[in-house]
Amino acid sequence: MNTQPVGPREKVGVYICHCGSNIAGTVDVEAVRDWAAENLAGHGVVIARDNKFMCSSTGQELIEKDIEELGLSRVVVAACSPHMHEKTFRGACARAGLNPYLCELVSIREQVSWVHSDKAAATAKAKAVVAGGVFRVEEHAPLEPIRVPINPATLVVGGGIAGITAALELADAGFPVHMVEREPSIGGHMAMFDKTFPTLDCAACILTPKMNEVGMHPNVTLHTWSEVTDLSGYVGSFTATIKHRARYINADLCTGCGICQEKCPVKVVDQVYEAGIGYRKSAYMPFPQAVPKVPVIDGPNCTYFSKGTCKACEKFCPTGAIDFTQQDDEVKVEVGNVVLATGFELFDSRRVEQYGYGRLPNVFTSLEFERMSNAAGPTNGRIVLRDGVTEPKSVGIIHCVGSRDRNYNSFCSAICCMQSLKFAHLIGEHTDATVHNFYIDVRAPGKAFDEFYQRVLEEGTIFVRGRVAEVTDALRLPDEADQDGRLIVQVEDSLAGMQRRIPVDMVILSAGLEPPHDAKETAHRFGISCSSDGWVIERHPKLDPVATMTDGIFAAGCALGPRDIPSSVANGAAAAARILGRIQQKEMSLEPVRASVDESRCSGCRICNDLCPYNAILFHEDQMVSEVNAALCQGCGTCVAACPAGAMSGTGFSDAQVMAQIEGLLSVTATGEPRVPHPLLEGVPA
Amino acid sequence: MTEPAQVLDGSPPDVDHDFIHEVMAAVPGDSRLQMCIQCGTCGGSCPSAADMDHTPRHLFAMVRAGARDKVLRSNTPWMCVSCYYCSVRCPQEVHIPDVMYGLKSIAAREGRSPSSAAPDFSRTFMSAVHRFGRSYEMGLVARHYLRHFPLRIPGMAPAGMGMLASGRMDIRPHRIRDVKGLQAILAKAKELETLP
Amino acid sequence: MKEFLYYPGCSMSGTAKGYNDSLEAIAGPLGIDLHEVNDWSCCGASEYFSIGPLRGYALVARNLAIAEREPSESRTLVAPCSLCYVNLAKTNKYVRTDTALAGKVNEALGAAGLSYTPGSVEVRHLFEIVIHDVGADAVREKVVRPLRGLKIAPYLGCLVTRPDPEKRWKAKEHPREFDRLLEALGAEVIDYPLRTDCCGGHLSQISPGMGLEMIRRLLDSAERRGADLLATICPMCQMNIDLYQAEVNRRFKTDFKIPILFFTQLVGLAFGMDAKSLGIGSEVISSRHALAKIGIEVPEPPEGEPVAAGAPAEKPRAPRARKGPELPMPHMPKDEGVGP
Repeated sequence: MNTQPVGPREKVGVYICHCGSNIAGTVDVEAVRDWAAENLAGHGVVIARDNKFMCSSTGQELIEKDIEELGLSRVVVAACSPHMHEKTFRGACARAGLNPYLCELVSIREQVSWVHSDKAAATAKAKAVVAGGVFRVEEHAPLEPIRVPINPATLVVGGGIAGITAALELADAGFPVHMVEREPSIGGHMAMFDKTFPTLDCAACILTPKMNEVGMHPNVTLHTWSEVTDLSGYVGSFTATIKHRARYINADLCTGCGICQEKCPVKVVDQVYEAGIGYRKSAYMPFPQAVPKVPVIDGPNCTYFSKGTCKACEKFCPTGAIDFTQQDDEVKVEVGNVVLATGFELFDSRRVEQYGYGRLPNVFTSLEFERMSNAAGPTNGRIVLRDGVTEPKSVGIIHCVGSRDRNYNSFCSAICCMQSLKFAHLIGEHTDATVHNFYIDVRAPGKAFDEFYQRVLEEGTIFVRGRVAEVTDALRLPDEADQDGRLIVQVEDSLAGMQRRIPVDMVILSAGLEPPHDAKETAHRFGISCSSDGWVIERHPKLDPVATMTDGIFAAGCALGPRDIPSSVANGAAAAARILGRIQQKEMSLEPVRASVDESRCSGCRICNDLCPYNAILFHEDQMVSEVNAALCQGCGTCVAACPAGAMSGTGFSDAQVMAQIEGLLSVTATGEPRVPHPLLEGVPA
Repeated sequence: MTEPAQVLDGSPPDVDHDFIHEVMAAVPGDSRLQMCIQCGTCGGSCPSAADMDHTPRHLFAMVRAGARDKVLRSNTPWMCVSCYYCSVRCPQEVHIPDVMYGLKSIAAREGRSPSSAAPDFSRTFMSAVHRFGRSYEMGLVARHYLRHFPLRIPGMAPAGMGMLASGRMDIRPHRIRDVKGLQAILAKAKELETLP
Repeated sequence: MKEFLYYPGCSMSGTAKGYNDSLEAIAGPLGIDLHEVNDWSCCGASEYFSIGPLRGYALVARNLAIAEREPSESRTLVAPCSLCYVNLAKTNKYVRTDTALAGKVNEALGAAGLSYTPGSVEVRHLFEIVIHDVGADAVREKVVRPLRGLKIAPYLGCLVTRPDPEKRWKAKEHPREFDRLLEALGAEVIDYPLRTDCCGGHLSQISPGMGLEMIRRLLDSAERRGADLLATICPMCQMNIDLYQAEVNRRFKTDFKIPILFFTQLVGLAFGMDAKSLGIGSEVISSRHALAKIGIEVPEPPEGEPVAAGAPAEKPRAPRARKGPELPMPHMPKDEGVGP
């Protein structure tokens, strides 16, 4: 490390960006340029330039030209954050024949002009930042990216519409897919719906052909009634451990005839597929079009398992497929990429006491209503009250239940307004009931969505703008005397400016969407991040909506946040396209900025092992040294900082490089002058 | 920006864009009044809304619009029973009952009297506490009913007599020992109230 | 015995004398030792905050300051009245979180040589102590005279579960803890939909049109569901429903005769104590008829009782019979205080 320049070793070009007025508005860019040329010549700076937009082709050409004509061996660009344009400038260097890792981008936008308003101080700081970059870049060495092979197989977690889309795209392109689904059948929530908005397509009619394609596809291995219990490895070479839960039915012998389901004497409430308003047997297939067409036996609710008797299914099964001795089993599969399409769970409306769900019989959730409206559902498509018999004459639909509410979930669940409009329409299709929709806003942004709102208005649905305060069965005389047994929706009609109490027979709650209850565990297991809400975090919310920060792991559908079917399908297809691109190239290059262990210095203390957030450090017991898996390592630097022996160093962030940058930063005073080293330290090597 | 039309008699328009800040400053802590999205949950929940000249939601819209005079003359805050239904249900966590107290205190300070016996009742209550350190039911009821609801007295008399006989109401007020100390505290607090 | 600092509130020696007498009687058996704080003053109800807010906070804080210096092991201040409880709890919270307010309050308290360290005392409602510290099961064990056959509507009023500054309640609108407690006494508990609706507070006195209507709603719902009596935990609620019931009947041409007793009085009865010692018989709408149904004698009411003694009220309308739902209902977990 140099405190005094001993003669420049490299030829450094410094390029300072105005970024329009983003930087230049606060930092005196020309002054920094001149300062760098004059004061950093001792550290190799042979040219300093500025440009309005360094990232433009003109800006990049400046760099390329100087590399070619002046024989630059190092480049420092002072502009925005490396997250934005590190690749851009590295690319420019590479085109001119300079190893891209000999280029350093220092931020004088996010770290200077965007956070300071004092121009003099900001300019001085910019000088320090540039100096830091120049000192550092002298310590850079050329690096080559790491190349890893890409296994053409893909793991798709979740068999809903997003996962199905991704799987079919990949399988149709000729590559193997492992699809893992936690329920006995694929299909997800879409299989439960009646009609979809705004076209009123029957959900099952458009979904089941795709489910069948998946089930029959030669390239798809379907693991249902299963979960991924572990994922290890890195992009291109993941190993997934899949646990197959015991179905107690031998899938090879089962023909899907359904006799076991018919003969099973145990009837329980179906909390999953029938949303709790219908029943299923203990031996069951969730619905007739299930894929695979193999039932499961629900162990905890099976008479044989609890009392040792019955076995009706076994008696009647024509192929002897029932096997009560079946155990869970586990397989390991090798894949190159993963798509997480784990979907959502419905907000628990019992939490909103004032709407009475769970206390008042005729308050229903959206999914309960979907099942009711569905011709194949527990009421055969009849809209009825909880008594199973009476048709409602008046229905109230409440928007925003559990959403847009700081008491539950702050976010908007995106689909409930359209879903509420759809319900209004469906009630009109099935009954003569009057329908009131209670809303704060009507969110209808998609194609043909607002037109659907118009349609529902034309059909006579009454819209009341007011967030419902409560649903009650407590009447107030005298005008409600004849409403005994009905529900009252109490709301302020904010457009009319008065509190109203509207009697209805049935209330439907458009409950919001939430991440699955085990979302955080799943994120941890797959090594990705999820937000505090529990939704998977995409690599960039605008520009990279299906990738995660972990290479090789993509996400699609509601796992990322509430969205409708076309968006989920688009996500699934996008994730598949990205993966196909990788598979096609057969290998992928990874950033060489990685940690590595100097084995001669490693004492085997293993402090680094547990600190690594990517589980990238292995320990060799026989040699008592740690080793970094370069492919898993993301170059965060935690282990480098923690190693007490100084055995860990980072390629691209070695101790020498970091110390040099610090020296550079400290070489400039707060007023922008070169700092004169303290006389006592003169000549002392750092 | 156009303001509401002026009344032709030349009186100043009822617009005070700082009013929302004045109201928020009259509430301890952070009332979050600026977070109101006008959803109407408060107006829908309020058990006494039927007798308010503006629902709570409407009142807050008027506060935001700067209609200071209309808001302070409204009987809405005086009809608030502090049942907290609105605030537990409010999706934006606005501290509504506290805002109502804030509005009442501003109106009371300026001597605004909506057609409600409420401010007078409060003052009568306060004067008893000031004198005795404890509330004085008999005195409060007597003065309040005589002043505001004399016609209710005959109907209430049997119940009142019953309460006296069963020891549920005292003719004489209870007194705390350190009334002087309490009065000093209240005087100091009153002095601090008027400071900006 | 668990000791608590005790803030009775003005009504305990007045309109809520029955609450006071019955609390004194059952405190020992429940293992609660109430240590009254010395020279407490009125909490200001909802009146001070409407006119002079800082005076209101200072008035309440005086009691917190007194509690802080009360010689006792306990740092928990218990109030039996919901309004006193909310004022004390809210003020306690605000002086903890709003330093500017705390400064002004302490400056005012200084005028009497007092001061309060925010948060040095915790404030709880008496009912909440009985539910969470004593527990319905412990109460059930001491019942010697179950109130079997008595149909009670549990009426909590609005302020014990709302705003709940220290987050002690899971359900804020339909908590089932009071139901559980009354069941532990052996009574038949009515599924009362207005358990936390407001009684109207001082509206009965300020604006009787709406104030009496709010009381009428509570009585109407209790009558429809066949309640023999209402049980309550707050003196204001008891007073509104008891004292103004006759006026409600006159104004709305109704004929309610539903007595309202404090939960402590019912606990005392179930513990086998004598009605008079629990202050029963001092209520305006007499509970004599309701309690006679289950064989409990209530002493003669004092003069001036407006209710015709012994004449049963018109038979209340039975709630619409439910056949039992054909479609399954969602499961409501009982142990979390939310299930029926």
